[in-house]
Amino acid sequence: MEYINIFIKSAFIDNMVFTFFFGMCSYLAVSKTVKTATGLGAAVIFVLLITVPVNYLLETYVLKEGALAWLGDDYASMDLSFLSFIMFIAVIASIVQLVEMLVEKFSPALYGALGIFLPLIAVNCAILGASLFMQQKQFANIGQATVYGLGSGFGWFLAIVLIAAIREKIKYSHIPGPLKGVGMAFILTGLMGLAFLGFLGFEL
Amino acid sequence: MSEEKKSEPLFSKKNIQLIKNPLNQINPVTIQVLGICSALAVTVQMDNAIVMSIAVMAVLVIGNVLVSLMRNIIPGRIRIIVQLVIVAFLVICVDQILKAYVYDVSKSLSVFVGLIITNCIIMGRLEAFALGNKPWASILDGVGNGFGYGLVLVVVAFFKEVFGSGTLTIPGFEKFEIFGNATDLTGLYAMDYMNNGLMLLPPSSLFIVGIYIWVQKARNPELIGE
Repeated sequence: MEYINIFIKSAFIDNMVFTFFFGMCSYLAVSKTVKTATGLGAAVIFVLLITVPVNYLLETYVLKEGALAWLGDDYASMDLSFLSFIMFIAVIASIVQLVEMLVEKFSPALYGALGIFLPLIAVNCAILGASLFMQQKQFANIGQATVYGLGSGFGWFLAIVLIAAIREKIKYSHIPGPLKGVGMAFILTGLMGLAFLGFLGFEL
Repeated sequence: MSEEKKSEPLFSKKNIQLIKNPLNQINPVTIQVLGICSALAVTVQMDNAIVMSIAVMAVLVIGNVLVSLMRNIIPGRIRIIVQLVIVAFLVICVDQILKAYVYDVSKSLSVFVGLIITNCIIMGRLEAFALGNKPWASILDGVGNGFGYGLVLVVVAFFKEVFGSGTLTIPGFEKFEIFGNATDLTGLYAMDYMNNGLMLLPPSSLFIVGIYIWVQKARNPELIGE
């Protein structure tokens, strides 16, 4: 039950795109057709599902205040949390690289679909943002962190596929010239954000 | 830099363009659509927006200079990692400084200080400009893009704060109550004026940026491409 709650909360209520604007750059750049949007969305889910738990372990056993207690009493009072930015981004960059190599080796079909998007993801704010929020929320165990990663990824996937579908249709509408393209995408995202606000306070 | 001075003056026309263009023609946020995440999220209050712009500008300028100085010794294949490490190092410094001197703002910026690392403006400028240009030009480019980013943030924050909570918070000054005090019912509030709650919600920044782009492109028709 708790897991479902975390999933719903991270996917719909605290949606990455509509509430925190994470990953807006790729969200706007890659949402011109549904097909590529689906590919990028799937890649984001995939990477979040792996990086959030790994960073959770890193946070709990290395970075948090007192996290190094397992090394002995001398280390029990160490607080390395100021290093978290550089550790998280290093983990993310290397995992993205690793995932890319593994996918290429074991599933060429998936690699064909995700291929070009994987390297892009290393600098997608949604990935680092999810890890930083995971650090802030202080989840009780790794299961919750994983579900959080999955939920955030799903929320992002949903957002980019929806906007891509709308943008495909709106290409044929009469929009004032200066508003065409990015400007309209912003306003559309705002309207979708308003709709998503309806989930506020929703709990199982 | 001394070599630069010999060949052209410090503020030659080309160098001035480096600062001026990002403010309008190639604005990093509205035209190149980079670094939106933080631009939209930290704009509920003016002081957050200003501190965030200064932080981004500092990281951008210093990062640009460092990468530009090292541009001939960074191996091409691992340049992204090198840039990430430089930026992450600078962001850690900025984060510690913010925590030490403006703790309240740093608290309300929360994870967005860390997200400067993945701010596309910074990676984009390092990759596209600093890797191929001299340090002085890179400084100017950093300042220009930092101002371009800050300009959008300040405009969005202005509308959000003034119409959302009826105040204006500028760092170093007392909170400025534009329409009077909402709880004591003075000024406009005495005449049943109400703050627009929508302005405080996330979607409103998207609307404001959308309209900003609209106005900007309408005034500069040459920007309407595609």
